[in-house]
Amino acid sequence: MRERVIDVEKNAARFINQDDVHERMHDKNLWAARMKRDKIAETIPEWEELRNLASQIKEHVLTHLDYYLEMFEENAVKNGAIVHWARDAAEHNQIVLSILEDKRITEVIKSKSMLQEECGMTAFLERKGIIVTESDLGERIQQLDGQLPSHIVMPAIQKTTQDVAALFARTIGTDPNDTDPHSLTEAMRNNARPRFLRAGAGMTGANFAIAETGSFVVCTNEGNADIGASVPPLHIASIGIEKILPKTEDLSVFIRLLSRSALGTPATQYTSHFTGPRKGGELHIILTDNGRSKRLALNDFWRSLKCIRCGACMNTCPVYRRSGGLSYQAVYSGPIGIILDPTFDAHKYSELPFHSTLCGSCTEVCPVKIDISNQIYKWREIMAKRKLLPLNRRVLFKMAGGIFARPSLFRTAEVAAAKILPVIPDFIIYNKALNPWGRHRRMPVFSKDTFRDWYLKNRKEKNNE
Amino acid sequence: MNSTREYILNSISRNMPATKTEYPVIPDFPKNSKDILEEFKENLLLGAGAYYDVKDKEEALKLIKELYPEAKIICSASPDIKGNKDLRKINDPHDLADVDVGIIRAQFGVAETGMVWLTENELILNALGFLSQHLIILLKKDQLVKDMYEAYKKVDIASSHYGCFMLGPSATADIGAVMVRGAQGARTLTVFFM
Repeated sequence: MRERVIDVEKNAARFINQDDVHERMHDKNLWAARMKRDKIAETIPEWEELRNLASQIKEHVLTHLDYYLEMFEENAVKNGAIVHWARDAAEHNQIVLSILEDKRITEVIKSKSMLQEECGMTAFLERKGIIVTESDLGERIQQLDGQLPSHIVMPAIQKTTQDVAALFARTIGTDPNDTDPHSLTEAMRNNARPRFLRAGAGMTGANFAIAETGSFVVCTNEGNADIGASVPPLHIASIGIEKILPKTEDLSVFIRLLSRSALGTPATQYTSHFTGPRKGGELHIILTDNGRSKRLALNDFWRSLKCIRCGACMNTCPVYRRSGGLSYQAVYSGPIGIILDPTFDAHKYSELPFHSTLCGSCTEVCPVKIDISNQIYKWREIMAKRKLLPLNRRVLFKMAGGIFARPSLFRTAEVAAAKILPVIPDFIIYNKALNPWGRHRRMPVFSKDTFRDWYLKNRKEKNNE
Repeated sequence: MNSTREYILNSISRNMPATKTEYPVIPDFPKNSKDILEEFKENLLLGAGAYYDVKDKEEALKLIKELYPEAKIICSASPDIKGNKDLRKINDPHDLADVDVGIIRAQFGVAETGMVWLTENELILNALGFLSQHLIILLKKDQLVKDMYEAYKKVDIASSHYGCFMLGPSATADIGAVMVRGAQGARTLTVFFM
């Protein structure tokens, strides 16, 4: 059964039009993160070299992935971990469930894992009667509101403090007039504490896995993954097969890049290395494919597997910042979402590649140098070829293609557009059915000269000098 | 389970790009000229940690009383300072839920980030680092490395089942992008140089 195509533009419009607060706040907070990233990157002279190194290490692993995965497995088993393999979301979830059922565990505490989100694990476990509590504050907020994370590292960034205050008043009984982030955080701390202590298992993801030692690394600012791993007797870690790094030393490159790219801080508060079960505990690792090995075969897209989930591309994206992450109705939103989501369902997410200006800023900030904007463009080509485009866009693109292909026709059209556009009534340009992109944008003032006129005049003069 | 393993590994070897990328050499990057201790202190403060120069055990105990006058339960993983809850008698980490102040000696600190390296060997029970309301980290001033390159050359992560680079207290900015310290783990982290 085909799922409905996500109408990201309509969703974004709803986010923007709800009031004068949300879009502005969202844009401001994410841009601030981007600026902090720039500031701290500038303090490291070898920053660009680090990005190259990170990219190269990742590409090395991805082109030798079977070798490193087996090495990781062998070492993890030696350290006392129990290693499982999962082909897809269903198998992953089933493995988790059988581990829990085996030990008669009915309540788990989990920290943030994009892979577990991908697998829809929480909903699955809840259907099986298991109580699952998200422990990352942002994730918990989203869980309480029944929403997907809106951002990879700031899951509830689309909400104002007032939104959270209302949600907490409704769900955990805080004073509805309390809109102080400090006391709201404190209220959640006190609400989560007994859940950590009651939980039969702690679940985490992993930021990196080290082949030569069989260890994996989890980075958090709250320390919630560490509580989950150190208090309950059982730790289950879901690890995507692309997370492998060859050596411990590689972490020096990646840890230096990760938090600086994500939030503009030198490091996360906790960078935790798990090499085996805690004293008296049990550790299960689920190596999960879920489409990754197939993605390796996609010439134009396999490099998206280098992603370290920092969210820098989201912070910088002018379209994401104004749309809000929930508009994408996908586990991954923003530029990285645009290139990952269609690998899961090209039909459902066929509109996402058009939710971009192709400005290329995402590619510029990506710490592992994924050519995100190129890949967005490539996905557009695929959507066009597969006729996954809505009719209005197909017709318009065909017209535009015909014009761009013939220089003389383009020149005529260009001059005509410059003359006609300023006098076209707004109701046509900003008509929401014909051109949804016009809704929240103003046309720039057209220059009287075309670029060609300007070029012929100025460059000719220069060349004659 | 085994068939899945073979399926995934086969799928990988079938689908991997034919052009292989070489493993790069991480070069020795030039270090900045900052004083290593000053740089550590600066970044520790940035991560909302605090620090004190402490002469001896007596001064440490006095300082703990001053800093945490309300603290009832103090649990130390270090033989250098004794608390009033004996960690060595505890097997179940849940029993640490009432700890007000946890004391741990770090192996070393990293100037670049202000982080300290703690492993299961120092923590004895990992949960001490996370259930304690406040943390005191003992650190020798000469146990510092310059940056993460040196740090990862120094650590042997496989020598213990758990190791953590810890920077200051637990933090979040998940509500309204406002920074709050003391989200889930320790509310404060104070380094005693001793």
